Amino acid sequence: MGSSPSIKTPKPTAYYLWVGVFFLIIFGLASALYYATLKIDYVWRWYRIPQYFIYLDQVEIRSQIQGTVDRLTPKEDQILVEVREGDAAETYAVPKDGLRVAEGDFIYPGDMLGSYSKWRVGILMKGLWLTLKVSVIAILFGVIIGLFGGLARISKNPAAKWLSITYIELIRGSPLLVQIFIWYFVLGTLINTILARQGISQVPPLWFGVAALASFAGAYVAEIVRAGIQSIHRGQTEASRSLGMTYVQSMIHVILPQALRRILPPLAGQFISLIKDSSLLGIIAIRELTKATREVVTTSLQPFELWFLCALLYLFLTFTLSMLLQYLERRHLVT
Amino acid sequence: MIDVRHVYKTFRTPHEVQALVDVTVKIDPGEVVVVIGPSGSGKSTFLRCLNQLEMADSGHIWIDGTDIMNPKTDINKIRAEVGMVFQSFNLFPHKTVLENVTLAQIVVRKRTKAQAVEKAMGLLEKVGIKEKAGGYPDQLSGGQQQRVAIARALAMDPKIMLFDEPTSALDPEMIGEVLDVMKTLAREGMTMVVVTHEMGFAREVADRVIFMDEGAIVEEGTPEHFFKNPIHDRTKLFLSQIL
Repeated sequence: MGSSPSIKTPKPTAYYLWVGVFFLIIFGLASALYYATLKIDYVWRWYRIPQYFIYLDQVEIRSQIQGTVDRLTPKEDQILVEVREGDAAETYAVPKDGLRVAEGDFIYPGDMLGSYSKWRVGILMKGLWLTLKVSVIAILFGVIIGLFGGLARISKNPAAKWLSITYIELIRGSPLLVQIFIWYFVLGTLINTILARQGISQVPPLWFGVAALASFAGAYVAEIVRAGIQSIHRGQTEASRSLGMTYVQSMIHVILPQALRRILPPLAGQFISLIKDSSLLGIIAIRELTKATREVVTTSLQPFELWFLCALLYLFLTFTLSMLLQYLERRHLVT
Repeated sequence: MIDVRHVYKTFRTPHEVQALVDVTVKIDPGEVVVVIGPSGSGKSTFLRCLNQLEMADSGHIWIDGTDIMNPKTDINKIRAEVGMVFQSFNLFPHKTVLENVTLAQIVVRKRTKAQAVEKAMGLLEKVGIKEKAGGYPDQLSGGQQQRVAIARALAMDPKIMLFDEPTSALDPEMIGEVLDVMKTLAREGMTMVVVTHEMGFAREVADRVIFMDEGAIVEEGTPEHFFKNPIHDRTKLFLSQIL
């Protein structure tokens, strides 16, 4: 699928003028915003942001017991500190350059023997990861639900068909926020109470969030799948069935491969919606990206930087996904 | 080989049409039967009832001794023995020409890929299109596509071949190449039921011609009888309009 070589016609001057207008408007809006923030004495501190992704944490090693530092034994790049009082002795490993005691020092319980620093993942990074994880799991389940929902929707069996219609209409007709509440506060309470009575461990809120997103996306995917299958010409089914293929064989080998190609673009849109909708999961105590950002905002008092950043991070996720699906689409068309 | 008795079929949507009215036909092994008639006369419906792409409302249809109107009959087994060629070819656009011909062999007949490819290449050679085996259907002309469709049906080693206006969607210069393949098949003794407007084909190849109008069989007979001494007025009128 190469684009046909187009003859380059020189663009009129007015074209470049309007390109200039575009950049002028973007620049104007950005500077107006910046100017307004200066007016209310907002101090931009972008340099504080990276620590919420990754930060250097000081880890302190403290003695559990009281005693004197009996012996310091070097071992590779660590030093083993032995604290002893009478027969009781404890040994602590301390990095060489973090050692704070000398042999013979008297130590009280809780005294610092040494410290070292360690890189840790910040809360925004964790939130981003959780958003990604929740979205990917929900997309996988959503596609499976949608595939069977869509097939049931066009089935001749009234039980399958009406179940599918009921499901799709219920999901599409009510707000996702309410569905999340129902999954967490109604179904979640029921399931976890029953599990507790049986002495089985609880299902964490994350899974009710995933279930809410997957069932929500599933209904839309079902409609996309239905439209995709119905867009394949009836002759394809007739040709495959006339060769003796069963309904399932015809679906697997002839109809679905063709339908999949057509539904990839609307499916991509649905997946992008799902990633954005996952921001609602913060209300049931899932610390995904939006909830993580909100928490950082309350502690850091840097709402402007953080909310812009939050939006950019979602953009990063959705853009990557849409690039991935476009790549799939293109590769598919060639074969 | 095919025994159709008192078959009725009514379409209820978009409005009620009696597509088949008391159709009774018996077709012997090796016979080539051409079905003609004005559009909407039920000839395509008749053909599609023979492999149950349409379900007849009542009556009996025996294919090679099996009553396909019996709900216990596994229609997929029957369809594997009855090849069908469509007006609009209906090749699988996402598969290569070769894969079009091997798919059902592998999936339905459970042949190995090697067996299926060997069979397919033989048939593609027979229909004169072997060199396009690796291409996709949309790279072929209409006539070539229809020949692939015939090869696809033949790959199942069917006992009966049904042709539903196989040349109607083709440019005039491509009709000949498809008819030639069909003539070869007829000469080899294939049992064929052909719905067509190609009177030349009917005259040259058919053992029997059936004329249908308004869902009923009006007249049937040998091509000589048919084109020289038709009895019914409606047959005469139809022939005068198209010849």
